Amino acid sequence: MRLSAHEIAIERGGRRILSGVSFEARAGQALLLAGPNGSGKSSLLRAVAGFLPLAAGTFALAGGAAEAGIGEQAHYLGHADALKSALTAGENLAFWADALGGDSTRAAWIAALDRLGLAHVADFPARALSAGQKRRVALARLLVAPRPIWLLDEPTTALDATAQRQFAIVMRGHLAGGGLILAATHAPLDLDGAARLTLGEAAATGVAA
Amino acid sequence: MRRAAWGLFLREWRIASRIGGGASVGAVFFLILVTIMPFAVGPDLALLARIGPAILWVAALLATLLGLDRLFQGDHDDGSLDVLVNAGLPLELTVLVKCAAHWAASAAPLAILSPLFGLMLGMDAAPLALVAVSLVAGTPALTMIGAIGAALTVSLRRGGLLMAVLVLPLAIPVLIFGVSAASAASGGVAPLAAPLLMLCALSLAAIALAPFAAAAALRQVRD
Repeated sequence: MRLSAHEIAIERGGRRILSGVSFEARAGQALLLAGPNGSGKSSLLRAVAGFLPLAAGTFALAGGAAEAGIGEQAHYLGHADALKSALTAGENLAFWADALGGDSTRAAWIAALDRLGLAHVADFPARALSAGQKRRVALARLLVAPRPIWLLDEPTTALDATAQRQFAIVMRGHLAGGGLILAATHAPLDLDGAARLTLGEAAATGVAA
Repeated sequence: MRRAAWGLFLREWRIASRIGGGASVGAVFFLILVTIMPFAVGPDLALLARIGPAILWVAALLATLLGLDRLFQGDHDDGSLDVLVNAGLPLELTVLVKCAAHWAASAAPLAILSPLFGLMLGMDAAPLALVAVSLVAGTPALTMIGAIGAALTVSLRRGGLLMAVLVLPLAIPVLIFGVSAASAASGGVAPLAAPLLMLCALSLAAIALAPFAAAAALRQVRD
């Protein structure tokens, strides 16, 4: 599987915030998007997920499911955690497993929470969780339904050191299984051999070869 | 796909029926609207019984709209909509399932409670039954039309009022045929069958067409 972008340009509010961005990421590789605030990291991820129209350029995915678009083969994890505060952590995960075509049995989402060290809060309502715990439940969503491409926008926000290490293990497992990660981040994600794409420079180009 | 649709319905139902979900608030709002009417028009039971179907229908219309502005906004605010857009279910079906859950949790109770509240207006048994029947037939159209407004105003912080302004004119045909069907037994202008069938037709058309309009609006309006 290979995800490539060719001369991407994105406009928001009539202003061109990205132009001439090209990159390529292969299965088993992570591509980290870096750059100052406002350099278009989040917009680029949203564009890959299909939420933003492109002003110019194309994305291409080789070796994925033929009929599904990139967005339908990708997990998008944005700034918001996509948790319903009235439901328990487990109910939230079971719903996402159903909606995203994963395994919604209790054993499956308990296992997903356990990999992020959070199995003990499975039956608490999401509103009673701390910011870091909510973030970890949101990360567990990546595990309850298998999708090859992970689009992560500041995934480690509010995570403590232990949780960051646990999530690094999860990400390495995903890469080892032939997955692909695009992550916008300021914090180091502790991934060996990850390529970097720095935005906010003229005609940013990064190739993960 | 069936599992995804059922999972979504169950989730919406749970959120609506838990504390702060708003399903019960709609019924209480309905009760209050019906209760204040006699204070406005006076305690003339004959008059109240005659305009009872109209009071119940206007109250049901407003109570239905009350909770609809949050139909997509909650999911937009907490990021769920981003995930739902790229989930396995087509967005049109997602809209339809959310509307079905909203109708079951918020609008259906209004139809069930309407005969009880109609008693407070001094209405007879036959008009009471017709109000309930016409509400069951007509509220799906209100929910579906409201979903278009909710989708259009999804990214606006205080979109509730704008949504009501957008949706209420479109709900006028439903209101006309609803009241006309409900007052058929109490000396209305038309026999029962014609307005009731029109009401069913409006609901079916709205169920068939509104999901496409709402899904298109959601795709366009989201940034």
